[in-house]
Amino acid sequence: MADPPLKKTALNQVHRQMGARMTDFAGWDMPVQYAGTLKEHMAVRKRCGIFDISHMGELEIRGAHAQETLQKVTCNDIHRLSVSQCQYSALTTPEGTFIDDLVIYRMAADRFLLCVNASNQEKDFEWIRQNALPNTEVIFRSNDFSQLAVQGPQSIEILQPLTEIPLSDMKYYWFATGKVCGSESIVSRTGYTGEDGFEVYCSPKETEMIWGRIMDSGKSRGMEPIGLAARNTLRLEAGLLLYGNDMDETTTVLEANLGWICKLKKEYFIGRDALARQKESGPQRLLVGFEMVERGIARDKHPIEMDGKPLGAVTSGSYAPFLKKNIGLVYLPTKCSSLETEFSVVIRKKSVKAKVVSTPFYRRASKV
Amino acid sequence: MYPDDYLYSKDHEWISVQDNVGTIGITDYAQHELGDVVYVDLPEVGDSVEANEPFGSVESVKAVSEIFAPVSGEIIEVNSKLQDSPELINESPHEKAWMVKIQISNPEEVRGLLSAEEYDEYIQEQSG
Repeated sequence: MADPPLKKTALNQVHRQMGARMTDFAGWDMPVQYAGTLKEHMAVRKRCGIFDISHMGELEIRGAHAQETLQKVTCNDIHRLSVSQCQYSALTTPEGTFIDDLVIYRMAADRFLLCVNASNQEKDFEWIRQNALPNTEVIFRSNDFSQLAVQGPQSIEILQPLTEIPLSDMKYYWFATGKVCGSESIVSRTGYTGEDGFEVYCSPKETEMIWGRIMDSGKSRGMEPIGLAARNTLRLEAGLLLYGNDMDETTTVLEANLGWICKLKKEYFIGRDALARQKESGPQRLLVGFEMVERGIARDKHPIEMDGKPLGAVTSGSYAPFLKKNIGLVYLPTKCSSLETEFSVVIRKKSVKAKVVSTPFYRRASKV
Repeated sequence: MYPDDYLYSKDHEWISVQDNVGTIGITDYAQHELGDVVYVDLPEVGDSVEANEPFGSVESVKAVSEIFAPVSGEIIEVNSKLQDSPELINESPHEKAWMVKIQISNPEEVRGLLSAEEYDEYIQEQSG
């Protein structure tokens, strides 16, 4: 059977007119690069970049038991989430592995918006619906939103003139609703780059106008449009995980080193027992960061070896444009996962030395 | 764009031949397709290469591409500047970013390569 046609964001024509190179990402026709990945990456680290991330999925959960439904299906503690606050969390299987990772926005006491991975949105929707408590509505909202990310040290200066929302008052991982370029939107101080920045959820009909206005506002500040290639190198440098690469339904939240989103003190959530057991015995493997010691770029899926024995494969690997190093993530047996441990990455049949380092690889100088 | 005195392969390498020594690099089309080059792996002086076999690789942030030898021979010189400045491949693919020089062992092999004009037509077809 032929593949279904690629889905397009509201900005598809805009990207093409700008000369972006396009690629199939999770069934979406997305820009992979505009001016060049290195230039785009550095623009975000030093100035600002704008991303079309409209492929991301949105689900709404509302009703009297919306909160308790989320408390049941996610591993972080939803009770700690205030209205107007965001929370990074995961949907977990009974085994404590990832159905998806997500950001939860508390819109009201009984209403939540979930930002989920493009490739998982249907699966997540079905899973939450099946596990929802009574008096809970689960609504597929992906077609109601476009998403733009404005990321980098100059994000505030570029975005503030276009919105009534006071951005500098907004704390990291909080959000507000209000007008952006006159159009009702949600703006959160979140991102996937390791920089300060914002994500804007806006109406698909107004997206082209808003994109254009932000582009104009950023022009004098050297803002660049950013494709998926730089989005990936930025998130990897910042030590942020990518679903499907660094975690999936075969890896647990603890193995992925995301213990901080795994609130085992919660009375119950799907996967809690398995994770509590694993916490007690200690996970057998851990996701760690590494950098290449010898020349060579580790890529996704390159095999790794220690003392000549196969140990698995690189989950994400790349050249890191800001750090100018070759870095990656890999699951190692816990007993050989300590810092400075050396192992080999097999790059086109050649063993090339790497060592475990701490993550994030890159941390911005000042926090919000 | 494509120097008239070079010959080209369908794998997007160029070769400039003088006195049975071929200087080899990748074409502007190839560097453009790859994007920002961040890593180069080249053979050593004394290695022998076979026509149409890979002898090294070029990597951009996103992709790895093997470099194929347009002709057979022995490596007699390697451009060592590329290791520290792989960006030369994007900036000057046809000149500063020459990769290796080889002593050509079978001059007949040069005949199968494309002229600048033929190569230009070939890539027009490629880009559809």
